[in-house]
Amino acid sequence: MHIYEGVLLVSERGREVLLAGATLAVLGTGIGLRRLEPERLPRAAVLSAAFFVVSLVHVPLWPSSVHLLLTGLMGVMLGWSAFPAVLVALLLQAMLFSYGGLTALGLNAFIMAAPAVACHYLFRRAAASENERLALGGGFAAGATAILLSGLLMAGSLMLGGRTEFDSLGKILAILQIPLAVIEGLVAASAVALIRKVRPELIAAPILAAIPRERENG
Amino acid sequence: MIPTIQPAAGSASAYLSGADPRARIVFAAAFAAAVAWSSSFPALGTALAASIFASFFSGVRPAAVFKRLLPLNVVFLCLFLILPFTAPGRQAAMLYSLSLSREGFLLAAAIALKGNAIALMMIALFGSMETTTLGHALSHLGVPRKLALLLLFTARYVAVLEREYSRLRAAMRVRAFRPGMNRHTYRAFGFLAGMLLVRSLDRSERILAAMKCRGFAGRFYLLDHFAFTKKDLPFCAAAVVVLALTVGMELWRKR
Repeated sequence: MHIYEGVLLVSERGREVLLAGATLAVLGTGIGLRRLEPERLPRAAVLSAAFFVVSLVHVPLWPSSVHLLLTGLMGVMLGWSAFPAVLVALLLQAMLFSYGGLTALGLNAFIMAAPAVACHYLFRRAAASENERLALGGGFAAGATAILLSGLLMAGSLMLGGRTEFDSLGKILAILQIPLAVIEGLVAASAVALIRKVRPELIAAPILAAIPRERENG
Repeated sequence: MIPTIQPAAGSASAYLSGADPRARIVFAAAFAAAVAWSSSFPALGTALAASIFASFFSGVRPAAVFKRLLPLNVVFLCLFLILPFTAPGRQAAMLYSLSLSREGFLLAAAIALKGNAIALMMIALFGSMETTTLGHALSHLGVPRKLALLLLFTARYVAVLEREYSRLRAAMRVRAFRPGMNRHTYRAFGFLAGMLLVRSLDRSERILAAMKCRGFAGRFYLLDHFAFTKKDLPFCAAAVVVLALTVGMELWRKR
């Protein structure tokens, strides 16, 4: 889910939208980095790398295929650190594969990371619940909501950034997110089901929280 | 050599891969800003020409350049098909009862020019830059150390986890898994993602332990220091000329 290089660069309002997105992304990244202790950096980085690799998984969706994002699950697990994680992933993609783009980097990061953080606050407790049904429901809701919110943010950016020419484009793209959101929700719910059995602390405990002091002295 | 995701193609002997990485990043940002601000076709044409010129010095094979620009241009082609119908403006042609606007065509052309100019310049400048160099250069340019460290770590472990992922996918394949549009596929991919996350959590614990063994105290030491040399002067001169030409063309057209 990217706004491509150049698309929003053709009008004054488009450039303002890009600038606003970049500013919000910088703010979010700042909060994420401030909350991240140096000791938690390897954990945050390896988990972001894992989400990067997950985005290489292509799921068939007639007539083509879509790739997973799992930003909802990312938000549930990483919290505000989703911002720096998404920013780094997008920067690597832009640099290495020319996906997305330099001028749209901030806006794209905001479009994907803000819904992730929202899912953290909305669904983390449900996904971490003892009750299996509630946990799976939380996983599904997080996966689906993140995609829908991202789709709305993307469509909104396109509509705000153009006069009227991007309106139908934005609507089409937003509607296309609905099947993707269902798929993401189902995949995220299954991932939660597995994590609950194998390594519950990945979801149950705030895994990027500060390390308690007494452990360091011991 | 530590496995890390590397730029797709690019030879280390090319002129641009020898230029100061910090200068390359600063120029990339300035160039993108100049192209973003410009709206006249002469200025955008100049920028695209500069990008094409730069790509000759990047050491990236033309085939690799085309392959990387392809997805972007598929999107632009779609815009050429959509925007003439949706953009308001003077009618240029009629297709059955639909009117195609001239403004829509021009808009799509401007988007394609801008997008290609910036993307091609990025490939030319960074096509041969290693992610470790990028991390160091960003850090020297004042990007927060934690973010630079996160970038370096992520780039390093994407390569490792990609292998982990291929192993898991191979294991699924030998069990005759074929993705389709069904519940089974989503469950299997969910378990795959979950397993990948579980394994990466375990791995991160080992990494932290190994780092602590080596005295990690929360600080990141930069080992690469870049020096601005005489070799970088032609690059900077060319950069100034390109920026001046693009901005100059734009101002000249606006008058």
